[in-house]
Amino acid sequence: MSETFWGAPSFDRADGPFRLAVQPIMDHTTALMNKAADLAQEVREGRTVIRLSGNLSIACLNDLPDRLDAVEGPVDTIDLSDVDYMDTIGAWVLHRTIKRLGARIESDKCDAERLIAAVGRVDEPVNIRPDYIPPWQRVVGQIGEAVVNSGTTLLGLLGFFGGTLVATWNVIRHPGRFRINAVVQRFEVVGVSALGIIGLMSFLIGIVIAQQGSVQLRQFGMEMLTINLVGRLTFRELGVLMTAIMVAGRSGSAFAAQLGTMKLTEEVDAMRTIGVSPMEALVLPRTLAVVVMMPLLSFYASIVAIIGGGFLCAVSLDIPPITFVQRLREVVPIHDLWVGLIKAPVFGVIIALAGCFQGMQVKANAEEVGLRTTSAVVQAIFLVIVLDAFFAVFFTWVGWN
Amino acid sequence: MAPEEEIAEEEARVEKAVERDGIAISVRNLKNSFGEQVVHEGLNLDVRKGEILGVVGGSGTGKSVLMRSIIGLQTPDEGEVHVFGESMIGRLDDEALAIRKRWGVLFQGGALFSTLTVAENVEVPIREYYPNIGPKLRDEIAAYKIRMTGLPAEAGPKYPAELSGGMKKRAGLARALALDPDLLFLDEPTAGLDPIGAAAFDDQTRKLQQTLGLTVFLITHDLDTLYSICDRVAVLADRKVTAVGTIDELLATDHPWIQEYFNGPRGRAATAAVAREKDKRR
Repeated sequence: MSETFWGAPSFDRADGPFRLAVQPIMDHTTALMNKAADLAQEVREGRTVIRLSGNLSIACLNDLPDRLDAVEGPVDTIDLSDVDYMDTIGAWVLHRTIKRLGARIESDKCDAERLIAAVGRVDEPVNIRPDYIPPWQRVVGQIGEAVVNSGTTLLGLLGFFGGTLVATWNVIRHPGRFRINAVVQRFEVVGVSALGIIGLMSFLIGIVIAQQGSVQLRQFGMEMLTINLVGRLTFRELGVLMTAIMVAGRSGSAFAAQLGTMKLTEEVDAMRTIGVSPMEALVLPRTLAVVVMMPLLSFYASIVAIIGGGFLCAVSLDIPPITFVQRLREVVPIHDLWVGLIKAPVFGVIIALAGCFQGMQVKANAEEVGLRTTSAVVQAIFLVIVLDAFFAVFFTWVGWN
Repeated sequence: MAPEEEIAEEEARVEKAVERDGIAISVRNLKNSFGEQVVHEGLNLDVRKGEILGVVGGSGTGKSVLMRSIIGLQTPDEGEVHVFGESMIGRLDDEALAIRKRWGVLFQGGALFSTLTVAENVEVPIREYYPNIGPKLRDEIAAYKIRMTGLPAEAGPKYPAELSGGMKKRAGLARALALDPDLLFLDEPTAGLDPIGAAAFDDQTRKLQQTLGLTVFLITHDLDTLYSICDRVAVLADRKVTAVGTIDELLATDHPWIQEYFNGPRGRAATAAVAREKDKRR
């Protein structure tokens, strides 16, 4: 009988990393079984036999699968008499070898055969990953999807705006349905709570504008024009724009997250079944709160920014506050204030609508709430800036330069 | 012989018998509390090798907390937890690694990794613990594990968000079974499944347990599960395990909660269903 041992020194492998890792927790019976799997090929009565030994479990398989794969047929029998223990992974390795070589199993343990049969019954190809799509195809697909998405979003936003108008009209016709408490509560959340952060931000912006402006204007010896710069810029543009960005970040996102969560927990559906219109109860109070608060907040932001500018002028340009205020009254026309105050409520409508609209679009899961909140803020800020450009053209056309 | 000695001898005998049968999990004198609220106090529990132990108890009695204490996600205030004879309390993550390979956990919601497909989820433990297994064999292992838990082959490349609740549980089970564990923890596996799906899941659990010789620690509210697949049931009440045994043994106790639980309308319905099933088999 000729015997070929493949990988004879593999008994040493039993002391390898696996044994060390597993040893401390094994009880006596499993410790005895913890022998690395091994195979030997031999010829018995003219037939090729693969004799397996040791522990055929995932921890002790080592390179056995590769060695079994390397075995060339024909093999008549796989002998399992020396196998101490087998798990389904060992059984699977045997199953695929049997399938490939057409060998039969010889074993004195019916458990082993049962296990191999059990994994054999579920042998069916399963895709691990979704089908591969070539990059160019994916990019084209994504672009198309994005275009369709922005189209439907814009359309949806328009529809939502219409829905809000209808709800407003309904409330005007039935003033009893107006939720004054909800609105006043939003006033606090949207307006009063934002005073601190908007004030600080505007003060710093005022300082930065004045400082940067004065550095440039000094080259022409016209540092006094810093006052024009700060005054006109903050009232016309910066006050309202920075406030809009801040409110979109604070309140627009909060609206999307609140309404999105309410959609998920089916609160919105419950409201509908009770006969309360979510548009009137949820969207209208929030929209109204932002529309009322935006002009107030942006006026406040402009004033604080001017104070910041005045502070810098007093400290580094030696322009006393009295002079600063007098000069301000001369150079800033009153229509600059109107420009800011007209834009503010319009921006408010956009922020509230984007927040509420995205919130109401949530359907599936918690992850979507996060995505919708992000797009609410991005959309609001983007639309505010686009509209601001239109306003700039419009006011020039009107002659309010 | 004095009666005390007799009792002590009897206890020692029982202990020896249990040792021979083998204990997979042993919890001794466990105490868990969250702030002022004490969840467990003086809790003792033994899970025998090769059994399906059902754990029941009212809401808030700390069934999940008990499971989390055993698998080391929650450090108890006091007490000892041994899994396969190894202490689990105060062990470093590295030391407990070898034990962790020997158990699989199915969390309530499945807890699948949402950025990976079902098959990739099943591959994670294999990839993590046995990097020596080649990608081809790993894919094959994931494939038969998925089929073994009763999922269709089409579920493999799907992402968890595309699966129904029942399929998520099965996928979670496939991941829990990835390393062929000796011990399986199931946290309310049939909650939220329709009765047919729940019965199929129970059936699958039983079959897998028999084929693979698993020890199963099963938290459930489902009376049908208790009746149809659990070998023994442990009842959590009054901050400890008030009773452990077969359902018949539990019915013989006079604890009010146990009586209400098994003899309430739902309990009676489940008993009747089991009786009918037995009649049919005859």
